[in-house]
Amino acid sequence: MTLHLAVALDGAGWHPAAWRDATARAGALFDPDYWLDLVRTAERGKLDFVTIEDALGLQSSRFDGLDGRADRVKGRLDALLVAARAAPVTSRIGLVPTVTVTHTEPFHVSTQLATLDYLSTGRAGWRPQVSARPGEADHFGRRQFPTIDPIAADDPATAAFIAERFAEAADHVEAVRRLWDSWEDDAEIRDVATGRFVDRDKLHYVDFTGRFFSVKGPSITPRPPQGQPVVTALAHARVPYEFAAASADVVYVTPTSTDDAARIVAEVRSLPAAHELKVFADVTVFLDPDRKARLDRIDPGYASDAHTYVGDPAGLADLLLDWRTAGIEGFRLRPGVLPADLSAIVDGLLPILRAHGAFRTDYTATTLRGHLGLRAAANRYATTGGAA
Amino acid sequence: MKQIILAAHFPGVNNTTVWSDPASGSQIAFDSFARFARTAERGKFDFFFLAEGLRLREQRGLIHDLDVVGRPDSVTLLAGLAAVTSHLGLAATVNATYNEPYELARKLASLDHLTGGRAGWNVVTTSDAFTGENFRRGGYLERADRYTRAAEVLRTARELWDTWPADELVADAAAGVFARHGDPGAFSHTGQHVEIHGHFTVPRSPQGRPLIIQAGDSDPGREFAARDADAIFSRHGTLEAGKAFYADVKGRMAAYGRHPDELKILPASTFVLGDTEAEARDKAHHIRRQQVSPQTAILLLEQLWNKDLSDHDPDGPLPAFDPVADDDSIIKGRTRLFDDHVATAREWRAMAEAKNLGIRDLIIEVTGRQTFIGTPATVAATLDEFVQNDAADGFILVPHIVPGGLDDFVDTVVPLLQERGVFRADYATSTLRGHLGLEV
Repeated sequence: MTLHLAVALDGAGWHPAAWRDATARAGALFDPDYWLDLVRTAERGKLDFVTIEDALGLQSSRFDGLDGRADRVKGRLDALLVAARAAPVTSRIGLVPTVTVTHTEPFHVSTQLATLDYLSTGRAGWRPQVSARPGEADHFGRRQFPTIDPIAADDPATAAFIAERFAEAADHVEAVRRLWDSWEDDAEIRDVATGRFVDRDKLHYVDFTGRFFSVKGPSITPRPPQGQPVVTALAHARVPYEFAAASADVVYVTPTSTDDAARIVAEVRSLPAAHELKVFADVTVFLDPDRKARLDRIDPGYASDAHTYVGDPAGLADLLLDWRTAGIEGFRLRPGVLPADLSAIVDGLLPILRAHGAFRTDYTATTLRGHLGLRAAANRYATTGGAA
Repeated sequence: MKQIILAAHFPGVNNTTVWSDPASGSQIAFDSFARFARTAERGKFDFFFLAEGLRLREQRGLIHDLDVVGRPDSVTLLAGLAAVTSHLGLAATVNATYNEPYELARKLASLDHLTGGRAGWNVVTTSDAFTGENFRRGGYLERADRYTRAAEVLRTARELWDTWPADELVADAAAGVFARHGDPGAFSHTGQHVEIHGHFTVPRSPQGRPLIIQAGDSDPGREFAARDADAIFSRHGTLEAGKAFYADVKGRMAAYGRHPDELKILPASTFVLGDTEAEARDKAHHIRRQQVSPQTAILLLEQLWNKDLSDHDPDGPLPAFDPVADDDSIIKGRTRLFDDHVATAREWRAMAEAKNLGIRDLIIEVTGRQTFIGTPATVAATLDEFVQNDAADGFILVPHIVPGGLDDFVDTVVPLLQERGVFRADYATSTLRGHLGLEV
């Protein structure tokens, strides 16, 4: 079975000093051309998709507030809009922006992602992201969040707070998914004889009511080309695994070894509804060890929630193929330095994987669901045709 | 001579958008938007304009099924259009009631970066609980609070857009300084509707702030525009009404220390072109019949009568009884259309009897013909007359069909306006504010 491969784009890369590398384009991080070049490079490599990081607050090395550091990248453009800007000038690659679910409106998120799916004719995905930072809640002024230490998740109050945020996230994704289905695919009829543009019997109220919000529906946007754009989730522990199993099509887990990967895959697979979930592993990659060493000297504060690979492309290929034996179906590679490590993935890693028959030589599908081998999304409201 | 501003409104979810014609294309496929926007750019238009609605309209408790329905998220769509255009301004209608200022400001600043300074925001409000049922905020905003909230959301957005100084980004690798302030974008806003603080994440955008458009015609709406807007999407289609509106709104600006040139008046305008005046009139009538199908005629009549009239013959006489005087409108999800239902119904009945019109023909007569009907030469002359006589600074053109509805205007009227020296032959600036001659 061939691997699925994605890259995670963020700023100048995942090393905090990446922007200071001689190859970096630090002055262009808010320039659309910078992002288009990255996405095109990934598409040249026939990757399944790119993800684009985002948050509703400034980057910080601290969870409990801002870090005041002028020597690190601060600021981001809205990731979904970056994806939208790239959609018309690419043709195959999946586009998966991060969109926070904690403070946003499910109705807007639903139509925004559906619109991205129209712009890309079926290549949209989404990484719903929980926001637990009190500073981000203050940007909305509706709720006050406590300062928590995510490392101390066994503290009962912290655990309850985190569980509540993921429960809200699950509600958000459910409301969005219902809104995507709220128009049946053949709702538009243009029937001159009866004067009707749309068959209203094929438009559905979603009537979502939960603890955090309610949404009436139907959507203002017709069902997107994929029916259900691909939902992906980053997960490091039991609560987010359960969120991913219940709400997502793809989960990114963070093993540290082959054995750890096997353990995590078994845990995820044991969850209800996880049988159709694609399990990806996140790995941060530095394909030039000397560059990594230089950047570590400039800023020794590099840390990652994911395994960090430092070495040549052949060694990375070995790691990916090894983890595949543990049940990992794909990888989201986080380039340590952009665009250098992305280019090294495309031009160094991929030829080796292809030589092993472990990665596609060309796209065989036009949609993101197609690249991932996900079956056509049935519409939960369809009364005729389309229903599974 | 004043230069004419031209904007192109992608036809939306009203009966004026004709879907039954063979030339009518998809209302949702990106290709339709791309083709329409490229045509506007070929015509050197100032900007593309997209409307918004956050709940499907209903009548008599049922989703309205006669008009075009279904649309994209406006800001997302414009980010896509940025990829297929290079100079055209891109303006999105975004609701100030059901969006939070931090997220909204972030989206619009991002759009301004991604378009290279071509973003515009048409600020609208919605007060009804009907639309609120789709949102966390839910419920109802008192009508009087609509503009105070809109004004505060806009004011907050401006504060956020101004948080990053133009020289904040340094990206000096050797010195190890990316942004001059370690944590840029600090803000704090406390007001009646918005109480937020923290840090904004988007560097100052090419225009500093997007073009601000306002569309309401009420007194508070006009006041809001005089104080805060760069352009008004107005609805006054005749020379006299346009002049009165123009004078009224521009006259309000001095109180806010603004010069009249800082606000552009752009009436929404429809047009029909023909080789002769007679041909244009015939085409206009044909389009009006497409816009008002027999079913649509009954539906529009119901909006005045506030009552189920589905048993009436579209070609027969108007109801003999008066409308239901009831505040609970049978139509949900659109603006209130009539002030005095009974008086309007009596006028309509009198007109129908005088001209011997059935329901459909009466509706065609009273719901407004196209604004400009004629040959390219007469339409160009009329547009110019409106602008030179201060009935408008330009026009937001609303074609009746997607995606080709702008083609004949761009091919035949634009060259005549250029010959008159009242419309650009090519873009002289790269930003939307620049196109309109506003300070960036």
